[in-house]
Amino acid sequence: MTTVVQGKEVRSVGGVPWTPNTRRETLWALVFLSPWIIGLIIFTAGPMLWSLYLSFTDYDPLRPDITFIGLDNYVAMLGDRRVATSLFNTAFYTVFHVPLSMAIALFLALILNRVGGKMAGFFRTAFYLPNVTPAVAVGTLFLLLLNGSNGLVNQGLALIGIDGPSWLVDPTWIKPGIILMSLWTVGNTVIIYFAALRNVPTELYEAARIDGAGAWNQFRNITLPMISGALFFTLVINTIASLQMFSEVYTIFFGQQQGQSAGAGEAALFYVIYLFRNAFEFFKMGYASALAWVLFLVIMVITVIQVRGSRRFVYYEGE
Amino acid sequence: MTRWSRLVPVLAIVMLVLAACGPSGESQSAAASEPDGSQPAGSEPAASGSGGEGTGGMNASGELFAYGFGYETGDIIAKTRVDVFNEQYPDVDITFSESGFEDQGFLTALASGDAPDVVNLPRNKIGTYIARGVLQPLTDCMDQAGLDPNVFYEGARNQVTVDGEMYALPEFYNTRVWIINNAAFEDAGLDPESVDWSDWDSIAQANEALVKNDGGLTRIGIDPKLPEFLSMWVRALGGQVISDDGMESLLDTPEVAQAVEFGKSLIEANGGINEFTDFRNTWDFFGANNQVAADQIGAWPMEQWYLNVLAENSPDAEITVKPFVDQEGNTTTLQDGNSWAITADTDNPDAACAFITTMVAKDTWVAAAQARADQREADGLPNTGVYTANSEADDVIFNDIVDLSDYPSLQEAVQVVLEGQDTAFGFPPSPAGAEFQQALTDAVNRVLSGEADVQQALSDADAEAQDAIDAAAR
Repeated sequence: MTTVVQGKEVRSVGGVPWTPNTRRETLWALVFLSPWIIGLIIFTAGPMLWSLYLSFTDYDPLRPDITFIGLDNYVAMLGDRRVATSLFNTAFYTVFHVPLSMAIALFLALILNRVGGKMAGFFRTAFYLPNVTPAVAVGTLFLLLLNGSNGLVNQGLALIGIDGPSWLVDPTWIKPGIILMSLWTVGNTVIIYFAALRNVPTELYEAARIDGAGAWNQFRNITLPMISGALFFTLVINTIASLQMFSEVYTIFFGQQQGQSAGAGEAALFYVIYLFRNAFEFFKMGYASALAWVLFLVIMVITVIQVRGSRRFVYYEGE
Repeated sequence: MTRWSRLVPVLAIVMLVLAACGPSGESQSAAASEPDGSQPAGSEPAASGSGGEGTGGMNASGELFAYGFGYETGDIIAKTRVDVFNEQYPDVDITFSESGFEDQGFLTALASGDAPDVVNLPRNKIGTYIARGVLQPLTDCMDQAGLDPNVFYEGARNQVTVDGEMYALPEFYNTRVWIINNAAFEDAGLDPESVDWSDWDSIAQANEALVKNDGGLTRIGIDPKLPEFLSMWVRALGGQVISDDGMESLLDTPEVAQAVEFGKSLIEANGGINEFTDFRNTWDFFGANNQVAADQIGAWPMEQWYLNVLAENSPDAEITVKPFVDQEGNTTTLQDGNSWAITADTDNPDAACAFITTMVAKDTWVAAAQARADQREADGLPNTGVYTANSEADDVIFNDIVDLSDYPSLQEAVQVVLEGQDTAFGFPPSPAGAEFQQALTDAVNRVLSGEADVQQALSDADAEAQDAIDAAAR
């Protein structure tokens, strides 16, 4: 394709004339991007391709030989009881954690958006603080908070006449306990929503109020559509993070040398924990690679579905 | 180009990056250091005599890297032994990982291209690394040092021996005994001497008498310590969870089923696994208000190093110690501990050999035990000794250094521990030790939590464990 610039016919790329200036700018852009691109190739794409290859082998990092075994690792996953269990546990957690955390984060962001003056900065910091707490510390903290015998959560429930469950032992309550713990770190999402809320033009609300719209209608017809991009972004990111849940759960349930704590059963066996154990405790790196690629495919399918669904619900300003 | 088609490659890249940002690898495997507050220890000259006395007579120099051990982070037992080595081999420059052993860290260290020369690791993990050729046999090293393998207790020796070759030198030797809270027994109208610990009905009756519930569990009667000590309960019935060579899973056997059922019944008499575990998790296990001092337990089988914890933190709490016995009344106890091994890729095998043989030599242990005894005396605390895997060192430590004449109950307790040393058994060197432990732990937990019945859980576990052993033995 060609374009006429100052009376001369020049080649164009993507509608942009390919002039010496454009070439120079593109070159410099690539120079500045190159650290990231090189890092991506060396530290992410390269290892990913290597792990894809390993998933078709019986690779054990402590043995020199690698044997190509085709799809055996993937076939073995079908008969592995723990794969099904860990997938179910992870899916359960994701289905409840993602919407709950988004709802709570939105609620907190709406409140934060109404707080003005000197206190605004304090509250923003306070909401975000749990996110800078190391995951292992959060796990240890909740080991104490969720204790069924003398934990603060059950003591609080007792004040309103509820006999709290054994969050850390009873298989029925372990996952709800983990979901409860995960809500501790909604600060990230709160900040994203808060920033989105600040960008909603106030004229829209003024106009709506003049037209007689109440608070609910303003929220439903102005706020939600205007921050739908942020909602969609956090939906995708939180879903991926949930499917990769690891540190806190590992700290609480698998941190002991003897494996998981007594009585916990397999209710806390999340997919990435099982993957990690295969790779670094059982040295089945080939099998762990296959597990990782299945997780990648699961994430990709879910994300594609989310993206497709988003076309109906997400409003992009300027479109 | 539509927005959708522009988004796909962007999302693909985002997901690639995010999916690759999986677990950061913060393995929380517990440190492999000894839990008696005594980290891996140290003491005197390098081995030379048949009994493993120190000599320092080997030709060793250069640099050495030890993984799974701490000097700066170690206690007096660790420091004294390293100091002894440094005195004997001033030409060896040794550095430590200053961390306990954990598989991921060791794997990373091996893969780094600068593999550790020596490693301090739990004996129940040895088989996994031997099967993969990571550790070198120590026959030549022991010959060079003049170290007689028979100085080590047989149970510990068996854990590190494959096809007649020792691949590690046993370090500590942790056995289990019954620790009985005298106050709880008195409160329940029981006498520790009258309970027949070989009779499981008698244990069950004591459990029911000891349990205390004041609107919630306030004292556990007897804690069977499952799943950790399952193999000991199975031994008491004459069975095993795994064959002596570590190649055959025996999880699906009547003895294992009976032991799990019995343990479950003890826990259920305490209100069930939920209440039992929640209550146990509230204990101040290593503090002054521990479960004995706070009268929160009647009796439980426990590693002998816990006597040190009690002696240091609650010396006034009255306890009785009894041997763990089988149904015939014979002492049968599980032992474990760390060990020292030389990696196959070490650049400095002479110094590595000098170091590991020194660390477990009799004189080295004696020096460390003496240092601790001096420290305890200065603090006005009883000294219950250091339990080493070197039987000759133990002879000296418990005959010449440990003096508990002012603490008759502790003296009696230590005597009980020593009487069980020779017959203790350990987890054999299985090529799939970690997977076997996972299968065992999962099976017991599934039963305790009511997720599966005993037969189903053990049958599943047995199949999984055997598959893992067969695969790892390839």
